Amino acid sequence: MGKTYQKPEALSDQHTHYCPGCTHGVIHRLIAEIIDELDIRGRCVGVAPVGCAVLAYNYFVFDFQEAAHGRAPAVATGIKRVRPDLFVFTYQGDGDLASIGMGEIIHAANRGEKFTSIFVNNAIYGMTGGQMAPTTMPGQHTTTSPFGRDVEDVGMPLKMAELLAALQTPAYITRQAVIKPKYIVKAKKAIKKAFTYQLEKRCFSFVELISTCPTNWAMTPNESVKWAEDTLLSYYELGEYKTPESLSGGANAK
Amino acid sequence: MQSEVMFAGFGGQGILMSGKVLAHAAMEEGHEVLWMPSYGPEMRGGTAYCLVMISDRLIGSPVVRNPSHLVAMNRPSLEKFAPLIKPAGVVLINSSLIAIDAGREDLDVIKIPVTAIAKELGNVRAANIVALGAFVERSKIVGFDTLRHCVHEEFVNKKNFLSLNMNALEEGKKAAEMLPKK
Amino acid sequence: MGKKVLMKGNEAIGEAAIRAGCLNYFAYPITPQSEVAEYLSHRMPEVGGVFLQAESEVAVAYMIYGAAGAGARVFTTSSSPGISLMSEGLSYIAGAQLPAVFVNIVRGGPGLGGILPSQGDYFQATKGGGHGDYHLLVMAPESVQEAADMMMRAFPLAEKYRNPVIILGDGLIGQMMEPVEFHDHLRTDPVNNNHWATNGMQFRNSSKPNIVKSLFLDPDELNENNLILKAKYERMKKEDILFEPYNMDGPYQKLIVSYGTMSRVCKTAIDNLKVKGIEVGMIRPQTLFPFPETAVFEAAAKESCKAVISIELSMGQMVEDVQRCVQGLRPVHWYGECGGNVPTPEKVMDVVTSL
Repeated sequence: MGKTYQKPEALSDQHTHYCPGCTHGVIHRLIAEIIDELDIRGRCVGVAPVGCAVLAYNYFVFDFQEAAHGRAPAVATGIKRVRPDLFVFTYQGDGDLASIGMGEIIHAANRGEKFTSIFVNNAIYGMTGGQMAPTTMPGQHTTTSPFGRDVEDVGMPLKMAELLAALQTPAYITRQAVIKPKYIVKAKKAIKKAFTYQLEKRCFSFVELISTCPTNWAMTPNESVKWAEDTLLSYYELGEYKTPESLSGGANAK
Repeated sequence: MQSEVMFAGFGGQGILMSGKVLAHAAMEEGHEVLWMPSYGPEMRGGTAYCLVMISDRLIGSPVVRNPSHLVAMNRPSLEKFAPLIKPAGVVLINSSLIAIDAGREDLDVIKIPVTAIAKELGNVRAANIVALGAFVERSKIVGFDTLRHCVHEEFVNKKNFLSLNMNALEEGKKAAEMLPKK
Repeated sequence: MGKKVLMKGNEAIGEAAIRAGCLNYFAYPITPQSEVAEYLSHRMPEVGGVFLQAESEVAVAYMIYGAAGAGARVFTTSSSPGISLMSEGLSYIAGAQLPAVFVNIVRGGPGLGGILPSQGDYFQATKGGGHGDYHLLVMAPESVQEAADMMMRAFPLAEKYRNPVIILGDGLIGQMMEPVEFHDHLRTDPVNNNHWATNGMQFRNSSKPNIVKSLFLDPDELNENNLILKAKYERMKKEDILFEPYNMDGPYQKLIVSYGTMSRVCKTAIDNLKVKGIEVGMIRPQTLFPFPETAVFEAAAKESCKAVISIELSMGQMVEDVQRCVQGLRPVHWYGECGGNVPTPEKVMDVVTSL
């Protein structure tokens, strides 16, 4: 009897440093599976962020560059512009992409750079130890919002998929989740679609993935899945916000 | 031997271009040349000037306190630079726009209504080339044939302005020829 | 040999990069170097190269990082405030050991400062700018021709050391026109970088991924990486110091150390003084890092030499290196201006004779 389940070739043998219940491992695996399925490992370059996934290059078996905080879209632009034949994706968290790297992601998306950004949104800074992110929910307790996020003081959480979908340049913009198998199946389809758009030299593609951070949310993995489903998914609606076929973004494209 | 020519006037009078054409001509004749523009905030609508240095050996300092010659296209330029010009230098005054003298006896001052001449040729924008023709005719700083060649090169891709500027160059030369000799 | 053409320094820098075999340029406009981007915006498409105007200098530095990391020859140009913004990226590029060429057409500072010529970024270029233990190889041209030649030499140097090279010009070098001849024999091919560049495993027939990074969480590994960098900087000091001695054969009593535009003014001052029977020598560093340490020491140690002066368009930056090299053997003075007015040869003559 043949194997029915095995580790993708694009994933390395190294044990990850991620916490129990963290969804980075799931996302890594989805990416690796798709890279195997599309047979693009030999021309793939990943761009790692600053954040929990800073060491992502240890867990994949293809070329990788490590960017400074928030600058991954600029690094990816540099790679893709000089080597359009390479397959390039950035892997970024919410502090990296939505805070310090807001300028880079908006402009890369608006130029229609032909790479893919995987945006891991878990509503908190992970690596630096649970500080408030631009995506932190109203009232959510973090180490820098100990009384809960006060939207009067620091505004509402940023909705990156909606924000990027408002750009006029054609793009593929979607938000999915990786907190339960039913969402993971859809997330994989979305990532594969995003990668395919890049391979077809169609457009910039962006996949936001609602994730969990049990450690910094101070929850068990099960509690964190429930909180993400109840709280995050009601604010961060899942769906396709923009496709290159739809001319403008917004709710109509969903 | 090194000489320096200061071209000065309003922004938009083609100051930088006439300096560049002269520098090009001097280079064609085998000289070392350096063209230095003013690029401060004044280039936006205010006064513009450029300095062309021509030498028979490598040019040292790109800044000079006392240039050899001056082409003054407007009054503020004349007032600012005439006091700095070395004795015996050629100072061209655009008499269409400047009603005053250089205020010095030790200069070879030539007054030419370059703006009016350009207007007669059909386009006031050629005044810079009229001035260039007159200045070179008087100073002999480069050969006139070389200058013709360089004006031609400058405008060869701007067909609508080529004959205008070639004529402007000759009219400038004629105007300088009619002046009394030094 | 090519033909001499009359070109602005900024345009010659852009053309020289193309002649050197670099067809990738990312930049952001800033006075007084925007002509480089304007020039390359039409030249790069002509030669099938990459031109991209980025959203900021911060982004430019990382586009350079990404492109260099992918194994491409790449360069950018900017001016002082822009280089400050790129300095974060320069630190990462040096840390990740990537070859790239930067050009700083220096303007006056600090802050917005002015747009006229300055040499106020000497410390930034030679001592750091960004964080951490790193150096740039710094070249300082005095003419449009030398700027073009240095551009062409910068790429193989960057690749030799896998380290960023910066050309430190000033507003005058960028804005003035001089005849320039592009020396096509300086054109080089990029060195094979299959052992480190992220150029795609299948394109180098490898099953081993290449990782471009500057993160070393293990203290021994980070120390090891910094020792590798240090060894490169020591090698630069042995192999790639460039300087021009000027009027050094006579019994000079005063020694000038000056670079770039300012050194040209000093040359005229030295020539004028020579006519008057006053001998002044000059060392003109063409590389500011590595600095011509031995040359400056030996020139100062010459028996006739009584005093040394660093003349620069700054409030006294290179003078610290000159003092370091002279080792207290002679008094070391400084003269400079930094508002954008370049001193005349007459002023330099006054300063030097009054020492």
